[in-house]
Amino acid sequence: MSSTTTEAEPVRTATYAKPRARWTRNISAKIAALPMVATALVVFLGGTIWTVVYSFTNSKLLPRANFVGFDQYERLWSNSRWLISIENLLFYGVMSMIFTVVMGFILAVLMDQKIRYEDTFRTIMLYPFALSFIVTGLVWQWILNPDFGIQGVVRDWGWTSFNFDPLNNPDTVLYGLLIAGLWQGTGFVMCLMLAGLRGIDEDIWKATRVDGIPTWKTYVVVIIPMMRAVFITTLVIVASGIIRLYDLVVAMTSGGPGGNASQVPAMYVYDYMFQAQNLGQGFAASTMMLLSVLIVLIPWAYLEFGGKKHG
Amino acid sequence: MADTSMNAMTGPRGAKPKKAMNPRNIMLYGILILVCVYYLLPLYVMVMTSLKGMPEVRLGNIFAPPVEITFQPWVKAWSEACTGLNCDGLSRGFWNSVLITVPSVIVSIAIASVNGYALINWKFKGSDVFFTILIFGSFIPYQIMLYPIVILLREAGIYGTLWGLIVVHTIFGMPILTLLFRNYFSSIPEELFKAARVDGAGFWGIYFRIMLPMSLPIFVVALILQVTGIWNDFLFGVVFTKPDLYPMTVQLNNIVNSVQGVKEYNVNMAATVLTGLVPLVVYFVSGKLFVRGIAAGAVKG
Repeated sequence: MSSTTTEAEPVRTATYAKPRARWTRNISAKIAALPMVATALVVFLGGTIWTVVYSFTNSKLLPRANFVGFDQYERLWSNSRWLISIENLLFYGVMSMIFTVVMGFILAVLMDQKIRYEDTFRTIMLYPFALSFIVTGLVWQWILNPDFGIQGVVRDWGWTSFNFDPLNNPDTVLYGLLIAGLWQGTGFVMCLMLAGLRGIDEDIWKATRVDGIPTWKTYVVVIIPMMRAVFITTLVIVASGIIRLYDLVVAMTSGGPGGNASQVPAMYVYDYMFQAQNLGQGFAASTMMLLSVLIVLIPWAYLEFGGKKHG
Repeated sequence: MADTSMNAMTGPRGAKPKKAMNPRNIMLYGILILVCVYYLLPLYVMVMTSLKGMPEVRLGNIFAPPVEITFQPWVKAWSEACTGLNCDGLSRGFWNSVLITVPSVIVSIAIASVNGYALINWKFKGSDVFFTILIFGSFIPYQIMLYPIVILLREAGIYGTLWGLIVVHTIFGMPILTLLFRNYFSSIPEELFKAARVDGAGFWGIYFRIMLPMSLPIFVVALILQVTGIWNDFLFGVVFTKPDLYPMTVQLNNIVNSVQGVKEYNVNMAATVLTGLVPLVVYFVSGKLFVRGIAAGAVKG
């Protein structure tokens, strides 16, 4: 029915539409897109600008437009809790990016060997990703419990000097968080990497085989460079998730032990905004979070979309 | 894969009869099975602990199956566990989460699908700019938008209500869902759209009669993405609701990490399993579609 009408169509495209007022053209489309426009402009753009502007005020319980320059930032960067938060996030972030990407890639390579039961393996590796960080955090808190968890079990076996209690030691608490974070996130990275590996032309493999290049070397020298885009996208996704790291810490350690050994910036923001009623500090801290995201995002957006027009 | 094809290149033609138990395969499957054990261990520990009585938890080893299976911890977690002064269990959190998730999923998908459709077939001046802002917005830390949203919701009179939280989920679900629908709709042949235009169908007519019926799979993907995402949310639940409206994740955390009282690990684990149950069921039922849903986050526009 449609094929003949289709051919006659071009006459009616937007360019030829009759000179109605530009405004009212596509009026239902514009109305339908209103929530998107409002979200983009009012919440995302407006909200961000509002917070940045008010981070220069001394708002306490309520936002007040009483500008004090960089006071909040000076206070922020001389607050030891904030400094610890930043340090923790950097450490956790770097470790978590290295491990998820390396392990995710290795798992993807193993999965790409035309194995049987691939779906079963993938289902098992990915299911933690469907869980809430709260659930993940609480399970691992229980497994790492010093009395009844891994440490307790190994001691019961007779190795009484065995020590494995990462969550109650300020020096190792971040490793405890990492164990849980990696458990949840690696399967997802594996899926992204696997999709990347599947996207590589079979001819590349044939060519390297003809040249007699060993498989491992093909991966390192040929495949990884070809998957550059996949790696970068993965890193951006992982990094933007890490900066938001909050639920997992709340569930596993509440920022402790020792008060603030595992504090993260998102926690600092929440506490100052909604608990300590020091809005200005919260705004300044969240602005710093935004800044760190932009440092990651802008170079990526430039690499990814630079040159060609996006959309 | 590598080895066999290498042989095909140098040796006689045709596939070489392969032994299933060669050392390479043993290594490969050995590693994969070990990895799977690591992944399954927490789930196993969670379920086993939740089926034990407290004396057995204290004496036994968390990896051992229960000697005596009891469902008491589940009953207690569901209907008696305490958060602060309330002792009506996780059931309240569960129903709150249901009341939050169902409308949030419906509203956010409805809005995002119309957005995606408008962005592909009804471009207007600036539509791509808004879309770009939206996508950038999905990377911006939520923390920076929390307080402005509190103000907006307060002005609208819905701060602290379920509807306030539903609006928040709709807002933050919009970037990824709009991207998802936009990419899917762009794969529907434009001729169909044009034909419908010639036949006199308008914006909504085309959406309901053509786009909607043709894109059921992507609606299912969006559904999975939103149900798990909203069910698992913690931050928005804490910030935008009051204690008696807390979603399940928040209540779970309050039950398990409460400082007063004797810790009942079996009840805690039962509560944890209960909270994880909904997304797990969605995950195991949906299978490959779930992978598609989360991979959508990685697909660039």
